[in-house]
Amino acid sequence: MMHANPEVTLLVAETGDRTIENTEWNSAGPAVVLQGLHKSYGPQTVLNGIDLTVTRGETLVVLGRSGTGKSVLLKLIIGLQKPDSGSIRVHGEEITSANIEEVNRIRKTMGFLFQHAALYDSLTVEENVAFPLRRHTKMTTSERGDRIQELLAGVGMEDALKKMPGDISGGMQKRVGLARALALEPAILLLDEPTAGLDPITSRAIDELILKLQEERDVASIVVTHDLLSAKLIADRIVLLHEGNAVMEGTFDELERSDDKFVAEFFKRDL
Amino acid sequence: MSDYTKAPSRWISQDVPQATSLIRSVFAALWSPVNGFLEWFGELGGFVWQVMRAAVRRPFEWRELIRQLDDIGSKSLPLVALAGGAIGAVLALESRYSLVRFGARSMLPAAIVFSIVHEMGPVVTGLVVSGRVGAGIGAELGSMKVTEQIDAIEASGVNPYKLLAFTRILACILMLPLLTLAADFCGVAAGWIADTLVDPISFHKFLHSGFAGTSFSDFLAPTFRTAAFGLIVGTIACFQGMRSQGGTQGVGRSATSSVVLSSLFVILADVILVKLILVFFP
Repeated sequence: MMHANPEVTLLVAETGDRTIENTEWNSAGPAVVLQGLHKSYGPQTVLNGIDLTVTRGETLVVLGRSGTGKSVLLKLIIGLQKPDSGSIRVHGEEITSANIEEVNRIRKTMGFLFQHAALYDSLTVEENVAFPLRRHTKMTTSERGDRIQELLAGVGMEDALKKMPGDISGGMQKRVGLARALALEPAILLLDEPTAGLDPITSRAIDELILKLQEERDVASIVVTHDLLSAKLIADRIVLLHEGNAVMEGTFDELERSDDKFVAEFFKRDL
Repeated sequence: MSDYTKAPSRWISQDVPQATSLIRSVFAALWSPVNGFLEWFGELGGFVWQVMRAAVRRPFEWRELIRQLDDIGSKSLPLVALAGGAIGAVLALESRYSLVRFGARSMLPAAIVFSIVHEMGPVVTGLVVSGRVGAGIGAELGSMKVTEQIDAIEASGVNPYKLLAFTRILACILMLPLLTLAADFCGVAAGWIADTLVDPISFHKFLHSGFAGTSFSDFLAPTFRTAAFGLIVGTIACFQGMRSQGGTQGVGRSATSSVVLSSLFVILADVILVKLILVFFP
């Protein structure tokens, strides 16, 4: 298998008493690098030359009005959609030109939380979280059970193991979706509105979980959100998308103090 | 005089663009469905290529295949058996009248067996499965597509063409011949019941008379041609489901188009395969 980055090696990582077949990236370089990313749907240009870099252990928050291509940006990074032009490098590997096997290998190092959770509605909560573990790890049934319990406890859903996604609220589905995204201990987290539809207490718990992952496991996170309070808590850096362009990039404080009319308008809500 | 000489040239100059525009709109109206049909075929070809590529790569989705064999096979069995039985009974009642009229009463078991095994059993099974399974697969995958569940499968590094499409298509291919045998059996049995109620005859004698003069190839080719029906039903239903768009309406459209297109292609394939079977198994 060819690697764009010669330092990249595939190995089986031992995690406590579990064996997770995962990809360990021996790279000090950035986790995600986007260059000149363009994406259009018919006549509508959604992304018009986006350049972004996310380093390991960094949390980048993407803000912007609805329909400005924030979710599309995440789907491009995980290879669910192809850009019209531009480069996407994940762990140093170009994914726009990679074949499906290479993309799938890289995907195993990423956790994706969908805007509406996208839980498998014919599977229970437990089976949803078990889905990536069954396919990509060599865990025994009891090890997998422990891991599922641990993941669901992390998002406060340990009592919903046997419930079907249709029997729990949208906010609870989101939390299960987050547990599923974290199942393979990803190096990169792509979170599409992780706190939307959650009560303030759960929202703060999710924010703390993201911060904990960043601190303890050096996880690089790209978080799309409309929740400015959450952005303030978790963001190392914020990028503001408007009409397909990254109009401003900086810390929360820098953007909040900006004189730019659009940025000021965006941040004028009281926090 | 000058008005008369100028008038036609003005009319012509106005009519020419109108005629061109009319031709263009007629051409566009005719081209649009042809273009749509060609596009659909092109996308279907791309889908089949993706499924074939996924099919030869490890790991194989045994668990999902077994689930689909149960869903497509065992759960279609009652409906297929009922349809086969109904066809057999109707065939016995209708044929009996004609054969008795022409003094060929003794040919009734052979007529029933031959009709069911050669044509009615395979076609009825193909159409019943395209209705039940085609709609089910189209709606299930369509719903998964619009709720981003297929994206979620892909995002977790699993190939949905292998997990969702190949397993369903293979299950359809494997189960259709078995379901056809069940439909054939129920058809022949119901034909015997309908016959024996009017003119008592033992089942053994009915079968002996029905299968006299038939060879193994008489069963083999018609039964196994339903594997092609399975390929058609599975492929079209998965394709229509996985390209579903536009919320619940889109799911409904996928389910409907899965049934309509797979039934249509089953009938077309039947015509072609019957001709081929007659050529290769005369």
